[in-house]
Amino acid sequence: MASSSNLIDALFIFVLAGFIGFEVIRRVSPLLHTPLMSLTNALDAIAVVGAIILVGEHKSTLAATLGFIAVVAATSNIVGGFLITDRMLRMFKSSRPVAKP
Amino acid sequence: MTAEFAGNQVIIEVLYLIASVLFILSLKWMSSPTSARHGIWAGEAGMLLAICGTLLHHGIVDYRLLAIALVLGTIIGIPLGRVAMTAVPQRTALSHAFGALCVTLVGSAEFYLKTPNISPFLMSVLSVEVILGGLTITGSLMAAGKLQEVLPQRPLTYKGQNFVNFLLLAVALAIAVYLVLHPDARNLFPFMILIALAFGVLLIIPIGGADMPTVISLLNGYAGLSAAAMGFVLDSKLLIIAGALDGSSGLILSIIMSKAMNRSFSNVLFGAFGQVQAAAGAGKEERPVRSATAEEAAAILSAANKVVVVPGYGMAVAQAQHKVRELYDALSKRGVEVRFAIHPVAGRMPGHMNVLLAEADIPYDRLIEMDEINGDFPQTDVALVIGANDVTNPAARSDTTSPIYGMPILDVDKAHTVMVIKRSMNPGFAGIDNPLYYLDNTLMLFGDAKAFVGSIVRELSGGHG
Repeated sequence: MASSSNLIDALFIFVLAGFIGFEVIRRVSPLLHTPLMSLTNALDAIAVVGAIILVGEHKSTLAATLGFIAVVAATSNIVGGFLITDRMLRMFKSSRPVAKP
Repeated sequence: MTAEFAGNQVIIEVLYLIASVLFILSLKWMSSPTSARHGIWAGEAGMLLAICGTLLHHGIVDYRLLAIALVLGTIIGIPLGRVAMTAVPQRTALSHAFGALCVTLVGSAEFYLKTPNISPFLMSVLSVEVILGGLTITGSLMAAGKLQEVLPQRPLTYKGQNFVNFLLLAVALAIAVYLVLHPDARNLFPFMILIALAFGVLLIIPIGGADMPTVISLLNGYAGLSAAAMGFVLDSKLLIIAGALDGSSGLILSIIMSKAMNRSFSNVLFGAFGQVQAAAGAGKEERPVRSATAEEAAAILSAANKVVVVPGYGMAVAQAQHKVRELYDALSKRGVEVRFAIHPVAGRMPGHMNVLLAEADIPYDRLIEMDEINGDFPQTDVALVIGANDVTNPAARSDTTSPIYGMPILDVDKAHTVMVIKRSMNPGFAGIDNPLYYLDNTLMLFGDAKAFVGSIVRELSGGHG
């Protein structure tokens, strides 16, 4: 599938995305490290797209079965990950707006 | 390929591109609590676009099975998003396992669809994908089991452990190399996965509770890297980007965590910390400590100007965060300045204490990082340690024989008065003696964290005032 020029493209993307990731994550406040982890977990479940194609194309029973379990696992990560990250972030409140003089 | 299909393909790629941008923005907005919720919306929008785009894929015929899988995943995901905040570390470990499961299964399916006509490069990344994925599945399940206390939390070590682990990994890699050269040897593939699964179990067996923040971060990184490898296999730029973002996030967090414990990666993974600690704790002599009652503690706290609370895993275990909030309210009402000192590895995952205290409605600007607050301890009247131990141990600064020597700690011993809430003088399974408890300015408050903080609050409100 991946010809050699595709491969080089893919490597470029991987290295550059890793670099962006490094620079962006470095700036995340340690306060939010737990929600950060649950958010990246949900984003990582984008692997679901690969599983969706396996199930949808139904090229073999094995592929569709493995894909089915994979879609279930990834979808639960997406739903659960976004839900809990949202719940956590809603809890972080500043004292400043209500602080008394 | 007809023009319509090609048009579809362009739409899909554009949707993926937008999704990638949204994912990066999502992480960028996590930099501050004020913008973080935009981050979730960006992430959700990106995810939705990517999934819709994928459903447009022209090869997709079986929508019924897909719908069942998506609904089933949602049904499982909702309770996982609603767990109690104290259970977040094990939930996170479990979701690393799910993510890795997805990647490993897709990798396996691709192997059987593509072999024997698979290029050496593709077979190499596919091997990386399933080996990393496989060890992350079982490793994360083990970590979740230890955190949920269904498995013994004690580190389990035996002679030649590292040798066995390295040997297993070497065999898995050897199979991978063989498959790259002979992709028609399909019968070997399941063995490679089985060995990766076994390796994941053995990797976590020697790891104790205190190392969990590093291990969870590392597993997070592995899950991300395996997803990126999957992106190479499927030639999906979106997956490569998401995997690289998640992988770098996990690796950065592991670096921060191991620095906060003054340990190297390999030391965390192959170090068997627990044994060293037990040996160091063995020969200690009895020394006198000073203890105080809730009434005395309340009197000292209400007379203070500046109080710093140091929470640790013990606070989470005792579920004491809401009582701590009441203490914060009672003291703030009396004009006492109360802040919280957060050590990076306090608790069982990165940022664990922040989430628990935020859950108890303590404003986040009161939660101060170690480097920022350490200089303030000499001007602090009372440092109140609740369920934290090693992260306050002054031996890490001075005692070169201590197993935690060199680890950055919170300098609570420099406060005018230190109060430590602790069940008993029993050092617990970590077994490192903490000289903090024997200092002249330290008062031990013996009891359950939740009950003891509760009685301090009662004294503060019941007394004068």
